Amino acid sequence: MLILTCPNCGEAKDETELHAGGEAHLKRFGPGSSDADFEAYLFERENPKGVHFERWHCAPGCGKWFHAARCTMTNEVFGTYSAQTTEPPENIKDAITAKRPGWHWRQFS
Amino acid sequence: MKRYSAFAVAREAFRHHTGWERAWRSPEPKSHYDVIIIGAGGHGLATAYYLGKNHGIKNVAVLEKGWLGGGNTGRNTTIIRSNYLQDPSAAIYEKARSLYEDLSQDLNYNIMFSPRGVMMLAQTEHEIRGYQRTAHANTLQGVATEFISPKRVKELCPIIDISGPRYPVLGALWQPRGGTARHDAVAWGYARACSDMGMDIIQKCEVTAIKQEGGRVTGVETTKGAIGCNKMGIVVAGNSGQAAEMAGFRLPIESVPLQALVSEPIKPCMDVVVMANTVHGYLSQSDKGEMVIGGGTDGHNAYTQRGSFHHVEETVRALIETFPMISRLKMLRQWGGIVDITGDRSPILSTTPLDGCFINCGWGTGGFKAIPGSGFGMAQLMATGHSPLTEQFGLNRFREGRFIDESVAAGVAH
Ligand SMILES: Cc1cc2nc3c(=O)[nH]c(=O)nc-3n(C[C@H](O)[C@H](O)[C@H](O)COP(=O)(O)OP(=O)(O)OC[C@H]3O[C@@H](n4cnc5c(N)ncnc54)[C@H](O)[C@@H]3O)c2cc1C
Ligand SMILES: [Zn+2]
Repeated sequence: MLILTCPNCGEAKDETELHAGGEAHLKRFGPGSSDADFEAYLFERENPKGVHFERWHCAPGCGKWFHAARCTMTNEVFGTYSAQTTEPPENIKDAITAKRPGWHWRQFS
Repeated sequence: MKRYSAFAVAREAFRHHTGWERAWRSPEPKSHYDVIIIGAGGHGLATAYYLGKNHGIKNVAVLEKGWLGGGNTGRNTTIIRSNYLQDPSAAIYEKARSLYEDLSQDLNYNIMFSPRGVMMLAQTEHEIRGYQRTAHANTLQGVATEFISPKRVKELCPIIDISGPRYPVLGALWQPRGGTARHDAVAWGYARACSDMGMDIIQKCEVTAIKQEGGRVTGVETTKGAIGCNKMGIVVAGNSGQAAEMAGFRLPIESVPLQALVSEPIKPCMDVVVMANTVHGYLSQSDKGEMVIGGGTDGHNAYTQRGSFHHVEETVRALIETFPMISRLKMLRQWGGIVDITGDRSPILSTTPLDGCFINCGWGTGGFKAIPGSGFGMAQLMATGHSPLTEQFGLNRFREGRFIDESVAAGVAH
């Protein structure tokens, strides 16, 4: 059972009490953007086998969104952090590097 | 290849079964093939088979990182139906269903196709409307389905409680020629026929890189060395994102675990397939007597090949309400597969940004039923550059907003 700690209310929540919201840190493209950018924003996903940054909704809890870093092969959770970020914070990146030496994500290596 | 027949069974019985030959060869890879198919699941093997049978392309290798049929093809609950809403879906799924009808004869391999009928229960007003709409669409598409009454549901499947407390059965979409087949046998039958045409099926051979020159695919790196090719088909279901990354493009796909479970074997008690989308579960009885139960997908992507336990609980809880008699059954096995889900719940059969490289993926929770039709269309696409079966399923539909929305038909995992 996946357990994530919501950084907003500090509660450790079972996955049945949370709602998964898909890949985090997508760059939004709106009206006026190119078809390719808009398509990538709406549909193309990294879908990695390994470290994944994702959005979660603390649905029946505090009702706020947060981000988590999780390994999609083992479900190991590296940490959770605020959704008000455009890239994973240093402490999360360090926690991942400690467990997955040499790891890098193309945009934030 | 020696053909299987009643006579062969009798002959072997007389000589203590010493004369059976291996169903397929296990060769070492050659340095170059006309076509490489990555992934020896049902879709990859069927693609290879129809490349040979329909288009005469037989210098083909099918590369498989594990054992053939060990992916979702060997993990699914084997429901076959073609009662989809949109025309392009009905066309490819019905092509597949009709090929299943005589696939055993075509392959000389008993795939145990059992057109016992598939029933999709309507348990809300909304579902009644949805299925009536599908039934009318199916009439126009030439797919034989009908919307039936609760009384008829009870006649066809006496173990259903049609007056359930939360979700009474209000009717059903009934496809009499839908059913099931033996999943492993589909992979094995195609593999045997491919091997017989001289194709190489190479197991324990993982593709680790895709090589290209001037925007065109030239071959692959594998755990058994480099292999060259003129054309390539990527048919790796849940691993499509990884393969696409090797080929240098991204897909509108996320991979999630989907689970199923089977009970201890019991005496025959139901001879149709029942799907209950509202409560999210489906049930059929295998020839061995096990009740085969399919559940839901995880909400978050993962490659764990196991899935979250609460989905099993939810599915079983829901099914007990509709089938009270199964409440005392013991479950024997539970497992998961990694399914590849697209934005519109329809598959992708397409050319790719890399010349000579084609992709067949996105079948998600429901591609077993499509294997023959998908292989048929994919082979045509790869051999001739065009297939009426696949043309609506191109990757470009996401950019162009031409979705083939099957989120209703595929609302439950199947
Ligand atoms: C629990 C469950 C229940 C289901 N129930 C149904 C159902 O009732 N009806 C239905 O129609 N569908 C159902 N499905 C969906 C169906 O199983 C799939 O859509 C279908 O089997 C996909 O076939 P495939 O050949 O594309 O993939 P797979 O059978 O998964 O084959 C892909 C192969 O590619 C190989 N591969 C991956 N990466 C590499 C690499 N780098 N190099 C070499 N080989 C590689 C894998 O090892 C695998 O063998 C279900 C799925 C699951 C998991
Ligand atoms: Zn919270």
